[in-house]
Amino acid sequence: MEHGHTPPSTVDGSHGTKKSYMTGFILAVILTVIPFGVVMTSALSPAVTILVVALFAVAQVFVHLVYFLHLSLAPSQTWNVVSLLFSVLVIVFLIGLSVWIMWSMHYHMMIN
Amino acid sequence: MSAIETPNKPIHTAHGEGHGHHHDAGEIKLFGMWVYLMTDCILFACLFASYVVLKDATAGGVTGKDIFELPFVLVETFVLLFSSITSGLATVAMHRGDKAEVMKWLKFTFLLGAVFVGMEVYEFHHLIAEGHGPSHSAFLSAFFTLVGTHGLHVTAGLLWMLVLMHQINTRGLNDTNKSRLNLLALFWHFLDVVWICVFTVVYLMGVL
Repeated sequence: MEHGHTPPSTVDGSHGTKKSYMTGFILAVILTVIPFGVVMTSALSPAVTILVVALFAVAQVFVHLVYFLHLSLAPSQTWNVVSLLFSVLVIVFLIGLSVWIMWSMHYHMMIN
Repeated sequence: MSAIETPNKPIHTAHGEGHGHHHDAGEIKLFGMWVYLMTDCILFACLFASYVVLKDATAGGVTGKDIFELPFVLVETFVLLFSSITSGLATVAMHRGDKAEVMKWLKFTFLLGAVFVGMEVYEFHHLIAEGHGPSHSAFLSAFFTLVGTHGLHVTAGLLWMLVLMHQINTRGLNDTNKSRLNLLALFWHFLDVVWICVFTVVYLMGVL
């Protein structure tokens, strides 16, 4: 089959370059080392640590989505973004409501 | 998806269509994989919800603080991150059509993935040998289920990678194999995203 003349990008709509992978890699390393460092050195109070660690995780998920999973706001990616947003909504309901329900139950039964 | 909006020319231009058809098929497969990954997200969300709810139900046994070793987890994290990068480099080489380079990066990815699974098996074996098996408390059940499900996904990815390496070796970098490699890379990167949540919620928050 003569696919030699086909530009590479037609196999899939979006793909990374060596440079974009390296950028993502360096960002991921920074966003991994800092939360581990904060927890391992106990530099901050537990409440602040949880917040910092969670924020770094969210940031790193974004870095992975953009640099490794090549998610973008391009029109060809609209449905990928929409399905991701829907999944995020479901995840927030699943985890958030589970925690809320169980916390309330423990609170009212005075277990904790 | 864009495939649906692509203006479909009359049927008699069959030759020209063959190309467009393939292009659409590749994109539809990638989108299908994406939808599968989104459902997988929800599977993991259920396991995370159970873990978060049950993490203090230790039945008088060990807590996360007693059993988690962060330096070990940090190494695991880096092994998986490196494997994510090497799988990405395999796709970059694929777009250049460099088969030898693709195979090289896939081998690195496989090796790193195998090291990750090996470390996880070691951790599980160590915990069970110390008497902290999944049957000991709700916390340990939830921990083993969540981390084990991720490990099973990585193992499935490794098997897929073996099959794909064999296919590329025997049939070369044809369009079918290119499309498969794209899907595998997407799956592999996704597993690294799930691992970010695992090390944050389970390990980092577990030792506080």
